[in-house]
Amino acid sequence: MIDQYANIVAGGLLLGAVYALIATGLNIIFGVMRVVNFAHGEMVVIGMYTGYWAWSLVKLPPLAALPFAAALLFGLGYAFQRLLGNRFLTAPQHVQFILFIGLALMITGLHAMLFGPEPRGLQSEASFAVYRVGFLRLDATRVQAAVVAVILVAALGLWLRFSLTGKALKAAATNPVGGRAVGIRIPHLFAVTAGIGAACAGCAGVLVAPFFDTQPYLAADYTLLAFITVIVGGLASLPGAMLGGLLIGVAEALAAYTVAPSLKSLFSYALLIIVILARPVGLLGKPGDAH
Amino acid sequence: MSVDVGFTHNPPATRLLEARAVSAGYGGAVVVDGVSFHVASGETVAIVGGNGAGKTTLIRTLAGMVPCLGGSVAFAGADITGWDTPRICELGLAQVPEGRQVFAPLTVEDNLRLGGMLRRSRRDTRRNLERVYALFPRLFERREQLAGTLSGGEQQMLAIGRALMANPVMVMLDEPSLGLAPMMVEQMFTTVSELNREGISILLVEQNVAESLRLCSRGYVLENGQVALEGAGASLLADDRVRQAYLGF
Ligand SMILES: Nc1ncnc2c1ncn2[C@@H]1O[C@H](COP(=O)(O)OP(=O)(O)OP(=O)(O)O)[C@@H](O)[C@H]1O
Ligand SMILES: [Mg+2]
Repeated sequence: MIDQYANIVAGGLLLGAVYALIATGLNIIFGVMRVVNFAHGEMVVIGMYTGYWAWSLVKLPPLAALPFAAALLFGLGYAFQRLLGNRFLTAPQHVQFILFIGLALMITGLHAMLFGPEPRGLQSEASFAVYRVGFLRLDATRVQAAVVAVILVAALGLWLRFSLTGKALKAAATNPVGGRAVGIRIPHLFAVTAGIGAACAGCAGVLVAPFFDTQPYLAADYTLLAFITVIVGGLASLPGAMLGGLLIGVAEALAAYTVAPSLKSLFSYALLIIVILARPVGLLGKPGDAH
Repeated sequence: MSVDVGFTHNPPATRLLEARAVSAGYGGAVVVDGVSFHVASGETVAIVGGNGAGKTTLIRTLAGMVPCLGGSVAFAGADITGWDTPRICELGLAQVPEGRQVFAPLTVEDNLRLGGMLRRSRRDTRRNLERVYALFPRLFERREQLAGTLSGGEQQMLAIGRALMANPVMVMLDEPSLGLAPMMVEQMFTTVSELNREGISILLVEQNVAESLRLCSRGYVLENGQVALEGAGASLLADDRVRQAYLGF
């Protein structure tokens, strides 16, 4: 009984780490530009297809495909921000919303056109490997996904905090006038931010491809999941995204086990409602950061 | 420090910054209306005028932060009309913006480092930090402090230091004395003349008309977006119209 629940919680934590990576991408974009990326889940799915095709076509395992997905999504995010996003930064929120919903529909439509609606599973021998730790039995691919996700989130957090570019992002986000006055290239920095946010989503997509079948219409679920995670953890807070991801991962796993797999989001929504009522800025959010 | 005013009728050897009939504004309203002026290499020039005269808009136009609607701007031999701000900064035209605009959630030192991020200066960050700390020992004492917690005068030092990190050929200062205690104002003007002695050309925008005209070799009086008067600092100080409108005697 106990070990059964321990296994469920462990599985939830592993998946939650990947959710944290997805939410981190959303958070960075919001934290720097105050823009909500409603096409975030679509970027996860681009990453999933990248992982799927890398394996199906050239037998490149997901971990090896990761840099390619990161580069692809960074490039897409950068180009989008440079060509379109930067023009909409001061637009009213409903206009931004329409821009991102349009982008989301386009990506999902393209996926359906190119790859069809059928789910595509990425099965390699690694998909069946299991690590045993005491009474815990952990899927190898999930452990890898979690470890990589945690490393990426931590590295990103450190880079944002300590690199000069990270500081420039903070400067541009909090004082764009001052930033422009000293010659910081804000359109470029914002595009880098969008690229990083998209790359987080894309990397998460590659990481889950070994255990979740890829199909175009998963995107909306991931977007919603990222929102719930960010709201529970706290807007614009990276530790918050990590905590939120882990909590949502565990909540999903427990709901799927104790209620029904098709109702796995039940506890996540409960958690969301409790957090919104008790602490609207999120568990680790700071009051000034939420709008 | 003051330059021989007899030379103003001959074209100066090097016009570092030259605005020709520059116009700018916001959404149809013309705020800067055909302004022409220049700063020679090594000079300190003042632009004075009352509230809403268009001084800040003029500086922001020169810096590429507000689009130039008419006329042209030349700096260091290049026509910089329509250039974006980073590109203009790379030529060595730095600014201390109105209201200081320091990066409040970052430390003093990080603020300074960000001022030196340009290609022209990033390799000299360490040397420039030393220079700025030598000029403002107060900033050195507070280098780990968040800029938002500095006093107004310290923030002004930081804004100036941040501009110096870019290896500027010329610095445009927008009302650096605003909101400072009288003693700090004095020190501010001393600092500006020190910078000029180090070879940095200065464009000083001020409402503190007496002090700035005393400090500068030449000055322009801006009224309703147009140059109403120009001349040597000393002769503007003696001008009846300037005395009446800005000095109150
Ligand atoms: N961003 C803006 N949008 C619209 N109008 C503006 C903007 N900034 C300034 N103005 C207007 O342009 C005119 C000139 O403003 P500007 O800030 O250039 O004057 P100033 O000479 O710097 O004044 P002050 O000494 O008070 O700083 C003012 O009437 C002001 O209301
Ligand atoms: Mg002004």
